[in-house]
Amino acid sequence: MNIHEYQAKELLRSYQVPVPAGNVAFSDGQAYSIAEQIGGERWVVKAQIHAGGRGKAGGVKVADSLEEVRRIADEMIGMTLVTHQTGPKGRVVKRVLVEEASRIVDEFYLGFVIDRATQRITIVASSEGGVEIEEVAKRSPDKIIRETIDPAIGLADFQCRKVAAAMGLRDKERMTQLVRIMKRIYRCFRDKDALQAEINPLAQVEGGKLICLDAKFNFDTNALYRHPDINELRDLDEEDPKEVEASGHGLNYIALDGDIGCIVNGAGLAMATMDAITLHGGRPANFLDVGGGASPEKVTNACRIVMEDPNVRALLVNIFAGINRCDWIATGLIQAYRTLNIELPMVVRLAGTNVEQGRKILEDSGLPFVQAANLDDAAAKAVATIKGESA
Amino acid sequence: MSIFVNQDSKVIFQGFTGQHATFHAEEAIKTGTNVVGGVTPGKGGTTHLGRPVFDTVAEAVEATGADVSAIFVPPAFAADAIMEAIDAGIKVAVVIADGIPVQDMVRVQRYRAGRDTLVIGPNTPGIITPGQCKVGIMPAHIYQPGRIGVVSRSGTLNYEAVEQMTALGLGQSTSVGIGGDPVNGTDFVTVLKAFEADPETDAVVMIGEIGGPQEVAAARWAKENMRKPIVGFVAGLSAPPGRRMGHAGAIIAGEADTAKAKMDLMEQLGLYVARNPAHIGETVMRALREHGLA
Repeated sequence: MNIHEYQAKELLRSYQVPVPAGNVAFSDGQAYSIAEQIGGERWVVKAQIHAGGRGKAGGVKVADSLEEVRRIADEMIGMTLVTHQTGPKGRVVKRVLVEEASRIVDEFYLGFVIDRATQRITIVASSEGGVEIEEVAKRSPDKIIRETIDPAIGLADFQCRKVAAAMGLRDKERMTQLVRIMKRIYRCFRDKDALQAEINPLAQVEGGKLICLDAKFNFDTNALYRHPDINELRDLDEEDPKEVEASGHGLNYIALDGDIGCIVNGAGLAMATMDAITLHGGRPANFLDVGGGASPEKVTNACRIVMEDPNVRALLVNIFAGINRCDWIATGLIQAYRTLNIELPMVVRLAGTNVEQGRKILEDSGLPFVQAANLDDAAAKAVATIKGESA
Repeated sequence: MSIFVNQDSKVIFQGFTGQHATFHAEEAIKTGTNVVGGVTPGKGGTTHLGRPVFDTVAEAVEATGADVSAIFVPPAFAADAIMEAIDAGIKVAVVIADGIPVQDMVRVQRYRAGRDTLVIGPNTPGIITPGQCKVGIMPAHIYQPGRIGVVSRSGTLNYEAVEQMTALGLGQSTSVGIGGDPVNGTDFVTVLKAFEADPETDAVVMIGEIGGPQEVAAARWAKENMRKPIVGFVAGLSAPPGRRMGHAGAIIAGEADTAKAKMDLMEQLGLYVARNPAHIGETVMRALREHGLA
């Protein structure tokens, strides 16, 4: 689960990690009074959406007067921001972060991730901050510093000093600051079950102080049950409403841009089904995992959510029942057909537990299910229905 | 032979008296698995399914000589249950739970270091040696005894591959689900190593998916260390980058992480690659023929 920059900075502040003075505003008037409260002569107004690339898209602006803060906030709130991470539809800005402008002397990158190779929390750092770390990794991989943390020991001071030295922060003053910052962020990362934290840039400002100018956090949804404070930071406006609805029904749904709606059990088989469609020259409209123990209601909800996508012209149901049962799935499909008045062609492949009963239930229903013998057959038949329709 | 579990395995269930554990313990017993008891804290001294219940894994191991544990404990308590199994000297701990916090698994893996418990999962259908021992939630009837080893991240895709093989008359020596989480107990290499050493396994099917370095690391290892043919498949050819496809671990993080990139590398490293998930069975057949094994 992602959170907004201003929320990440509040979290860091609560761990005594230096961040610029600032606050979130939902209106231009609020932005004005926050700037007034902060004081000074220059402020930054930053659009709060869960996507990177805001600066280039006009979502980060500097103001030299309180009136300018108001004007920029007015323009920004309500605007649709399109960045390389938002997709072509972009995101509507509903809140902005107003903070003191910093005079940057140098920029660094500091990230924490759970590295899958070492299976440990790992620091990724670089002397090149303020740019995308993927670019740095591609252009000059020697400038990426990695340090793996032993979970039984925690982050040791010497590890932080190694990172500081590799970043070029060799004077005692800045090294001490960085050690403190890294240890506090690690503590926050561990305490709150984060999966990823990215400070980019970690800036050195005039006077030599190190400060986090931007902050991104991603948290483990499986651990939210023990972090009600983090759970509260969830912003449903930043998530696809259909995916939110699907998860409420115990379904895992991700919209894609094809025309064959997929209903599958298990994430791996769901991906493989999409792949089989693609390899037959078709285009999957979605990823959908109904999970284990799919009741008729769950199957009906799955059909409805998939068919709400206006691009869907055929359905492919692929169920390999282990703890599921094919007879229940078949009953659910018939119920869905009747209650949703399905008119689209529906290709059904059943396998596994109680497959014979399931197939018979579908056959005896008199409804126009197209049954498939296996995965290949199912993908071929689904693609054929689309092609037949467009020919 | 088979790997990790066989007819001599003595299996206990952690969370034994719960609904799911009860159902799957009954299924295991039906298929001939030697279920010797279970653990439910607070219910020690009672019996369940005609078998003794213990308060702790240590007591269960002491009394029954159990060496395999099927952990049917909810995600929030699973890490603790795994460590209890490791502490008690269980040889193979199979973790079914889907939704264990990743940092819990980071700590479990640290706890495991230097001890010899094999942790399979989490988020796995389990492990089965057809006709001998079933530890998990997979439908036993689709498997048949044979000489092909199977290892996969996904559960239902494992079933898919197995059905394709069984349809061609190719049975399985052992099938292992290593699970769909980003940090798991057992990686592909560990399983491949065991299959390579197993005289009753002729070839191995390795089914991966997008996200993470495991498949390629395994293929690299296999090139140097394995003589038996490996058939590889990676799901997620049509998955968009940056989106988590159901499994917590299935997310394309960079160019090298795509299904195509992984399969290309596998091919370069000498694996038989099924480019189409529907062709896993026939690719196994081709590999066996080319190695004079079928």
